[in-house]
Amino acid sequence: MKLTLNVWRQSGPNTPGKMVKYDLPNVNEDMSFLEMLDVLNETLIAKSEEPVTFEHDCREGICGSCGFMINGKAHGGFPKTTVCQLHMRHYKDGDEIFIEPWRATAFPIVKDLMVNRSAFDRIIQAGGFISVPTGSAVDGNAIPIPKSNADRAMDAAQCIGCGACVASCTNASASLFTSAKIAHLNLLPQGQPEKLDRALKMVTVMNEEKFGSCTNLQECEATCPKGISIENIAIMNRHFVEASFMQRPAMSEGGAG
Amino acid sequence: MTLNSRIPTGPIEKAWESTKFNMKLVNPANKRKYHVIVVGTGLAGGACAASLGELGYNVTAFCFQDSPRRAHSIAAQGGINAAKNYRNDGDSIYRLFYDTLKGGDFRAREHNVYRLAQVSVNIIDQCVAQGVPFAREYGGTLANRSFGGAQVSRTFYARGQTGQQLLIGAYQALERQVASGQVKMLTRSEMVDLIVIDGKARGIVTRNLVTGKMDIHIADAVVMGTGGYGNVFYLSTNAKGSNVTASWRAYKRGALFANPCFTQIHPTCIPVSGEYQSKLTLMSESLRNDGRIWAPKQLGDKRSADQIPEGDRDYYLERMYPSFGNLAPRDISSRAAKRVCDEGRGVGETGLGVYLDFRDSIQRLGENTIRERYGNLFEIYERITGENPYKSPMRIFPAVHYTMGGLWVDYHLMSTIPGLFVLGEANFSDHGANRLGASALMQGLADGYFVAPYTITNYLADTKLEKVSADHIEAKGALENAEGITKRLLNAKGKKTVTQFHRELGKTIWDYCGMSRDEAGLKHAIGKVQELKEEFWKNVTVPGSGSDLNQQLENAGRVADFLELGELMCIDALDRNESCGGHFREEYQTSDGEAQRDDEKYSYVAAWEYKGEGAAPALNKEPLTFEYVKPAQRSYK
Ligand SMILES: Cc1cc2nc3c(=O)[nH]c(=O)nc-3n(C[C@H](O)[C@H](O)[C@H](O)COP(=O)(O)OP(=O)(O)OC[C@H]3O[C@@H](n4cnc5c(N)ncnc54)[C@H](O)[C@@H]3O)c2cc1C
Repeated sequence: MKLTLNVWRQSGPNTPGKMVKYDLPNVNEDMSFLEMLDVLNETLIAKSEEPVTFEHDCREGICGSCGFMINGKAHGGFPKTTVCQLHMRHYKDGDEIFIEPWRATAFPIVKDLMVNRSAFDRIIQAGGFISVPTGSAVDGNAIPIPKSNADRAMDAAQCIGCGACVASCTNASASLFTSAKIAHLNLLPQGQPEKLDRALKMVTVMNEEKFGSCTNLQECEATCPKGISIENIAIMNRHFVEASFMQRPAMSEGGAG
Repeated sequence: MTLNSRIPTGPIEKAWESTKFNMKLVNPANKRKYHVIVVGTGLAGGACAASLGELGYNVTAFCFQDSPRRAHSIAAQGGINAAKNYRNDGDSIYRLFYDTLKGGDFRAREHNVYRLAQVSVNIIDQCVAQGVPFAREYGGTLANRSFGGAQVSRTFYARGQTGQQLLIGAYQALERQVASGQVKMLTRSEMVDLIVIDGKARGIVTRNLVTGKMDIHIADAVVMGTGGYGNVFYLSTNAKGSNVTASWRAYKRGALFANPCFTQIHPTCIPVSGEYQSKLTLMSESLRNDGRIWAPKQLGDKRSADQIPEGDRDYYLERMYPSFGNLAPRDISSRAAKRVCDEGRGVGETGLGVYLDFRDSIQRLGENTIRERYGNLFEIYERITGENPYKSPMRIFPAVHYTMGGLWVDYHLMSTIPGLFVLGEANFSDHGANRLGASALMQGLADGYFVAPYTITNYLADTKLEKVSADHIEAKGALENAEGITKRLLNAKGKKTVTQFHRELGKTIWDYCGMSRDEAGLKHAIGKVQELKEEFWKNVTVPGSGSDLNQQLENAGRVADFLELGELMCIDALDRNESCGGHFREEYQTSDGEAQRDDEKYSYVAAWEYKGEGAAPALNKEPLTFEYVKPAQRSYK
């Protein structure tokens, strides 16, 4: 099939960008969207033009590297699909497609379709972990976990950190991402000791990182390639409120001798 | 060069314990005075960097992705082995040791494998404590599934996303150390050279992938957990960015490269569909717990699967290997699929495929149970092929998946360059000539959490390290070398793209150094790869500049190294006049077509030494001795 692409080109974070039009005459329906861009890039290189920069790695929908807006929808808007898993059979001959990077103040553009998502790492640094140094664990079966809790934790833990939730939200809120981690850990017995501290700190850093606030529009859940539920946001809010009332800083270690 | 593998003496059950006891320690207050570089933050590197940080070392870690959470380990699907024996089905440390050694066709070191089996149990405990949501039984205990090459159920899993969950666990532990200031994490940074001073690894040169700037980093020890080199084949199940560059450049600085021809072809992957194809997708081995593999009995049977009656189907693995059936090890299952297709019984448009059929288990267990076990894998399959595997069987074909070869390391996981430690898939250590499923995650985490933190401490405590600075002539030399490679790539200004070269290389290696090899083919391939390499440096085109984000340039550097590695793989395969595990030489097979080892002549690790541009590499042999398990013809019949 024949496609017309309009791709956002921007050489660096501080240079202006613009949409550039490309005709692609020979697209096969079994190609993935990224393979289609590979073909575009090979033709650009052959013409001594700069190929389009986009992020990708596993191409199996699990590493979370890829992602951009296709016709205004994160990852193209197909249910539970990242762009690397999106196949061209969903498009038809003659289609015109618009491709743009994630747009969010917290995700500055690096180049073309690539953005800087390091704010997500900093949210995790704030408390998205269980403090258990190597070697200090008890036997795995010493902590029985009801299957339903383990399943719910797993549902939340599936987040791939791609950023589609932020990009699809009009407020550019990172609530789905942050809450998925809080819920994953706070639903498990291992996560209890740091539960309130975690909610407090992660939400605080999320707000500091220039993400917008959640106004319950639910776009995030609809576009999440892993189908992460906004139920997690409710859990986050509950634990955050609880923490705001209850949480006191731990005493630092002391003692004589 | 004499290879000292530092294998401990005494009974194997006590070997690791007594090695740890005899190691030197660094007192807590002194740890922060040591600077350790960890290159790669996948399972192996990430686990190691976090653990070193917890111990109090001053750590700098690097990865080329935008976050450590994206390392290739994230894609592992099926599970991780551990000798917990929670199923009461006869598992033990000794059995995991035995299975792994046998699975590797007796080309691995007994002591390493034994230690791996021992620490496997700690890994599960550690990961559970971190909050890894492993699958559970209704009673709340951990669930298990079976994997190839074993008759016990010892594989722990988190749906079809085990690698993701384990990596997220290690990543979170790592980010905790970043938050505490103990680890400095530099993302989008690629190691492009190793700095060796007075014979010891003392740092690395990196290229900042955003700005293009090259930097020198000095340290007291360097750890590499930079992954495998399966992408030498161009098409593989590895992530697109996986590469050999860190290992290769260390090889050129004196680290030996062991068993490069030992690569794993995974039997169950989605078949190639067209020329534009950029990678292959694995369908986890765990599917073979409930899926049955078959091909039509008749040559060129063009009926659709549901039209082929039971009597016209050949469940060839069940027929040939009745005691392991569909769970025969990977090398054996892949070769069997290749033979079926070579005979003309393959299915699908290309004839390069066999069926993986869930009809019977859906009838037995119901669609819901199958969905719960493998739902996400079925989704991936449907998304890629447009076919519904609940209704018609999957079509699968073998694809390159894992590399058993890698940088040579001793029992302490140290390479032949003192101070350079190599972990995870990047080293050659534990899987011999064939890796069993669910053992790579185990090995990466064993190395990173439970082995390297001890052996690195011992090295630091035991070694006199002079103070060196970034102005050292060797450091500057490494920087110039790396800058020189970039310049040459940009200045070639030829006509062919990097991908075109990579595809050609991949096809050559797949055709002649893939599932089966022979002398004439390997000799041909060596010539071809040499020609391709020569053409590459004259005729490659890399657009853009070196002082900017340039993905083509990144890829060009990696392909340049793959071209050299490809030749070494063929040299190694040609030298090994026997068949073992994934290395199948047509000339050496038993009367029923199984791999025929030659223990008398080839019971050794082939460790190759770089001798300079254009010179033939030198072969060093580490003899393998077996005190506990007597090598026998591997049988899964
Ligand atoms: C599709 C798939 C499924 C699999 N499923 C299973 C399974 O179910 N069970 C199992 O046991 N195994 C499985 N494996 C194998 C297993 O996933 C890998 O062997 C293992 O994850 C490798 O981990 P690693 O830490 O050694 O390397 P990787 O995870 O590959 O990490 C490499 C790290 O090194 C960095 N790096 C590389 N080069 C450089 C450089 N030059 N400079 C800076 N950084 C660099 C990368 O950024 C990354 O952080 C699977 C593999 C594949 C492909």
